[in-house]
Amino acid sequence: MTRWRVRGARVLDPASGLDEVVDIDVEDGRIAGMGTDLPGIPEQVLEATGLWVVPGFVDIHTHLREPGQEYKEDIASGARSAAAGGFTTICCMANTDPVNDSPAVTEFIQRRARDTACVNVRVIAAATQGLRGEIMSEMAGLAGAGAVAFSDDGYTIMDSSVMRRVLEYAKGVDRPVIAHCEDLALKGATAVHEGAHATCCGLPGSPAEAETILVARDLELARLTGAHLHVAHVSAARSVELIRDAKDAGVRVTAEVTPHHLALTDAVIRGYDTNTKMAPPLRTARDREALRDGLADGTIDCVATDHAPHAAYEKDVEYTSAPFGVVGLETALPVVLDLVHEKRLSALDAIRRMTCAPASLLRLRAGSLEIGAPADLALVDPEAIWKLDGPELQSRSRNSAFLGREFRGRVLRTWVAGRAVHGSDETLP
Amino acid sequence: MKHLLGIEPLDRDEIGQILDAADAMLEISQREIKRVPTLRGRTVINLFLEPSTRTRVSFEIAAKRLSADAINVSSSGSSLSKAETLNDMAQNLAAMNADVLVVRDRTAGVPAMLAERVRIPVVNAGDGAHEHPTQALLDAFTVRQSLGSIEGRVVAIVGDIAHSRVARSAIHIFTKLGAEVRIAGPPTMMPVGIEELGVKPCSSIEEALDGAHVICMLRIQRERLEGALFPSVREYSRTYGLDLRLLRLARPEAIVLHPGPINRGVEIGSDVADAEPSRILDQVTNGVAVRMAVLYLLTGEQA
Ligand SMILES: [Zn+2]
Ligand SMILES: [Zn+2]
Repeated sequence: MTRWRVRGARVLDPASGLDEVVDIDVEDGRIAGMGTDLPGIPEQVLEATGLWVVPGFVDIHTHLREPGQEYKEDIASGARSAAAGGFTTICCMANTDPVNDSPAVTEFIQRRARDTACVNVRVIAAATQGLRGEIMSEMAGLAGAGAVAFSDDGYTIMDSSVMRRVLEYAKGVDRPVIAHCEDLALKGATAVHEGAHATCCGLPGSPAEAETILVARDLELARLTGAHLHVAHVSAARSVELIRDAKDAGVRVTAEVTPHHLALTDAVIRGYDTNTKMAPPLRTARDREALRDGLADGTIDCVATDHAPHAAYEKDVEYTSAPFGVVGLETALPVVLDLVHEKRLSALDAIRRMTCAPASLLRLRAGSLEIGAPADLALVDPEAIWKLDGPELQSRSRNSAFLGREFRGRVLRTWVAGRAVHGSDETLP
Repeated sequence: MKHLLGIEPLDRDEIGQILDAADAMLEISQREIKRVPTLRGRTVINLFLEPSTRTRVSFEIAAKRLSADAINVSSSGSSLSKAETLNDMAQNLAAMNADVLVVRDRTAGVPAMLAERVRIPVVNAGDGAHEHPTQALLDAFTVRQSLGSIEGRVVAIVGDIAHSRVARSAIHIFTKLGAEVRIAGPPTMMPVGIEELGVKPCSSIEEALDGAHVICMLRIQRERLEGALFPSVREYSRTYGLDLRLLRLARPEAIVLHPGPINRGVEIGSDVADAEPSRILDQVTNGVAVRMAVLYLLTGEQA
C-alpha cells in the first residue's frame, strides 16, 4: 500500500483531547503520523482545509437484518449505509431470523461481515434464548465466539428474576447487558407517546412511565448484581434523572440516545407518517431538552442510531399496523452537529459521543486516532448544507424520519483501515 | 377545502360555509321531490372498511338527493390484508374516475393516507378515535337550529372521551365556533393532554351539566371496554348516565344530542332519549343535509 496524507484539516481525537489543525499520514492502512511537519513525501495528498478529520464513528445499536430479512437490509448494505454516515464500526442486534442466540449464528454473522462488509461489524448476542425472556442464552459460548454485549432489545425482559440472572451471568462473562426499557403491559398496543398529539390524532399512546418503570427496575437490579447495565435509546426526561442519580450512587450504568430522539418530538406524528413510528416513541419537547442536557453533561454516554430498516411496503400501511423503527446511520452526524451549532456541546464532545465513548463502554478497539492503529477515519464538512431526498441512502431501506429535511454538516469520505469505503473517486485516497 | 379529513384543519369561515350550505340542503330535503340535479353524472364511493349502516345510508341518501351515483364498498368478506386493500383501492378508484371518496375505517389516519394517494376529494366518515367531522357538523347545525347561535353557549360532552372520534370533532367545532366546552367521564376515559384543545375537564357529570345549553352524550363501547376502563355497565350508568334528575341541572332550554345508536339505560335513560330536549332524531335528519352540503362543496363547485 501507499503512503498518503490529509493536509490542513482540523483533527479531532476526543480520546487524546487533540483538537488542532494538523496533517495526518496513513501508510499501509495504518495511521503513520500526525503533526505539522511530518517527515517524508506522501504519494498522494488530500487538501482538507476547513474540513474535519475524526475517528470513524462507532454505532453500538444497529439492526442489520441478516440472516433472515435481507429484503430490508443485509450486512453488506448496512455496512455501506454505515460508511456513508462516517461509521467504521457497527454492532448489530440479535433480532435476526434465526435469532443470534448461538455461537453458530454469531460466527455466521462475523464471517458474512468479513466477506461482504466494508466496515467493521461486531456482534451483540441475545440475552435469552429466542429473545423469549425466559432462559438465558449461552453467554460464555457467545462471548467466546465474539459477542461484545447481550441484549434482547425490543423484547424487553419483563420477568425481573430472569433479568437479575441475566445481569449476574453477563457480569460473569464480563459483558454488559443492553436493556430496551419499556413495560410491555403498560405500553400495550400503542405506537406513540401519550400526550396531546396522540390524543388529537386518535392514536393510543404510552406514557413515559412505560420506560421509566423499567429503567428504575433495571438500575435497582444493576445495583443488586454489580453488573454493567447499558440503557438503550433513552427517550424520557425522567429516565435521564434516574440514570444520573444511579451514576452518582456508583451504579455501573451507561446509556445511549438516538439521533431521532435528540432531534424530533411527538409533534411530528400529526401527519400519520409511519416513519415517525419507533420504539420507544418520540416524546415531548421537554423530554428532548432533557436528552440533550443529559448527552451534554455525560449522563448519557453516547449516541447510538438504532438503525432499523424496513421495506417501503411494510411502512406503507396504517400507522397502527406499521412496524417500529427508522434508519439512522446516514443522518446521525448532522443531527449531533446541530447541538454543536447551537453551542450545547463542544465539537470535541460531540465527536466523543460518537467515537471513543461508545467504543469504550463495549471495550472495542475503535474510536480513536493512535499511531500504528488501523486508519478508521471520517472526513467531515461541518458546514455543508444538504437535503435528504431518500434515493441517495445506501441502506436497502429508506424509512428515515428525516426525509425532506435540510441538514448542516456532512460526511465527505470514510476510510476503514486506510481504504476509502465512502466518497472516494479514482484520483484521491 | 380540498378534502374533509377532520374539523381540526378547518377555520371558522369554512365551518360557517358548510353550515350555511346545509341550510339550503335541508330545504331540499323537505320538498315533495327531494332531489336536485346538482351532481348529476358524478360518482360518490362510500368505502366503509368498518361497518356502519347509519352513516353509510346517510351519505348514500345525501348523494342521491344531489343526483350523484353512490356506490358502496365494504371490506367484509375480503381476504385481502389491510395494506393491500388500501393500495388496491386507491389505484382502482383512480381507474374508475370516481369524483369523491367517503371513507370510514377503524384505524385513525386512514382517510388522510388515502387522500395522499387519490386525486379526488376524500371525506372522513369516521376514522378510529381520530375524527368524525360530518357528525360534528350536524351537531353544530342542530344546535344552531335549536338555539339560534353557538357563540357563548356551554356545551357539555359526557362519556368516553378517550376513544371517541365524535368527542374530538365536537370539541374542535364547538371551540372554534366560540362555545365553552366542558367534558366529563370516568378518569380512565379522559385522554392525556385534552385540556390543550381548549376544553374544561370536569370531575363529575353534575359539574359539567350545571348551566349547560347543550349536552352531548357519547355512546359507550360496552363490549370492548367493560372491565378494563370501567368496572361495570351498572356502575357506569349510575355515575355517568343522563337521567331527568341530572337534566334539571342544565338550562331550561338545553338540548340533548347523541350520535346514536343509543345504549338505552346505559349512557342515556329512555326518559331522556324520548323527552322534549332530545334532538336525536333531528340529528339524523340534519345529518343528510350536512352531508349533502359537504359533497356539494367538495365536488359540485368544480363543475
Ligand atoms: Zn430497542
Ligand atoms: Zn433496536
